[in-house]
Amino acid sequence: MNITSAQYFNDLDGNQFCIIATIDGTEMSVPLDPDNRHYAEIMRQVDAGTLTIEEAE
Amino acid sequence: MALSTIKTASIANDAITTDKIVNDGNLGNKNLIINGAMNVAQRGTSFTSTADSYTLDRFALGHGSPVNACTTEQSTDAPANFKYSMKVTAGTGASAGTTGYASLRQAIEGQNIAYVNFGTSSAKNITLSFWVKCSLTGNFGTNIRNQAGNRAYASIYTINSANTWEYKTVTIPADTGGTWPTNNGIGFHIQWDLGAGSNYDIAAGSWTNGTNMFGVEGTVKLTETTNATWQMTGVQLEVGNTATPFEHRSFADELLRCYRYFEKGGIVFANQTVISGMYAVTKRTTPTMVRTGNIYSASEAGTFGASDEYTYHAYTGSTYLGGRWTADAEL
Repeated sequence: MNITSAQYFNDLDGNQFCIIATIDGTEMSVPLDPDNRHYAEIMRQVDAGTLTIEEAE
Repeated sequence: MALSTIKTASIANDAITTDKIVNDGNLGNKNLIINGAMNVAQRGTSFTSTADSYTLDRFALGHGSPVNACTTEQSTDAPANFKYSMKVTAGTGASAGTTGYASLRQAIEGQNIAYVNFGTSSAKNITLSFWVKCSLTGNFGTNIRNQAGNRAYASIYTINSANTWEYKTVTIPADTGGTWPTNNGIGFHIQWDLGAGSNYDIAAGSWTNGTNMFGVEGTVKLTETTNATWQMTGVQLEVGNTATPFEHRSFADELLRCYRYFEKGGIVFANQTVISGMYAVTKRTTPTMVRTGNIYSASEAGTFGASDEYTYHAYTGSTYLGGRWTADAEL
C-alpha cells in the first residue's frame, strides 16, 4: 500500500476513533482495529519509521 | 466397466451407505472459494494491478518490480456452463529476478477452514479445481500458504494447448504441522503464481517451512511475456481427494458472501452531524470506509465503522449531507 498521509480523527467527545489516511490515492477512514488490513499496514509503516500519524485537529 | 453400463440393479444393497455419502460425498456448501465463477464485481470490471489490489470480489492480484503491472478484467469468454472468467493480461514482459512478483490470490477466513483441521492430527486432504485458458503452454504453479507465510505447499498444473479452456485439479495433502488460524483472520491463501521471483519459489510436492513462499519452481511465469493472457473460472476448493462438479450458487447467495468482506451503500441525513446505519452483512472485522461520492452536494464527511454498524460523521455542519460509501474488511 502507498500511504501518503495519515491523521487521527476525533469524535465529538474528543476521543480518537479512526485515522483519515490517503492510501493508493484514495482518502479512507481507517478504524483503530488490528484486524483491519489498512490499520495493520499503517502501524507497520509507523513502526518502521516510514510513516507518521498526525494528531487530530 | 463403463459408467453407462452400471445400473441400479447391479449395485449391491450395502455398496452405497448413508455414511459414505455424507462423509465423502461433499453434498453441498462444499466450496471454500467465494465468487469462484467470477460473477460478482462490486469494485468494477477492469483493473490495473498494484502491490496487492483487489479485483473481482475476493480475488487480489499483486505485482512488484521489476515485474510490470498487469490488467485484470471480468471477461465473457468462459467455458460451457459459466458466464464469466477472470482475464489477466501481462504488461511489458520482464523477468521477476529474485524479488519481483505477480500473484493472484484468494485469502480464506480462518473460521471457514476450521473443519479442515490443518495443523492437527485430524487434518484432511483438500482438492482445488478450476478452468484455465492461457496464451502460453507448459507447467504453471499454484500454492497454498498460511497467514504467517512460513508454511506452504506448491502444486503444478499443465496447460497443454494455447488459448483453449482446460479443466485442472490438484490435491493438497493434509498438513498436520504448521499454524493455521481458525479465527476471523486469514486461514490460508490460495495463490496462482503468475510471475514470482526466485526468492519466493519453492519446489512442488511437499509441505515446506520458510518465508513468503508463494511461487513455484520450474514453472512458466506469465509476466515474462508481453501481453500474455491467462484466464480462470469455476474455482472450487473442497475437502477430499476428488474434484466434484462446480457448485453453482445463486448470484444473491454469492453476493451476500462477498458482503462480509466488501460492501457498497449510501446514506442521507439532514440537520445532523452524526448518523448510524447497519450493514447488510456483518463484516469480518471493522472495515475501512471510503466516501465514494455525494448524494447531496455537501461538506466533507468522515466515516467510521464497527463490524455490523457504521457511523457517518460530518466534518462541518450542513443542511443536507449524504454520500455513497464502501466498507472494506478484506483479508
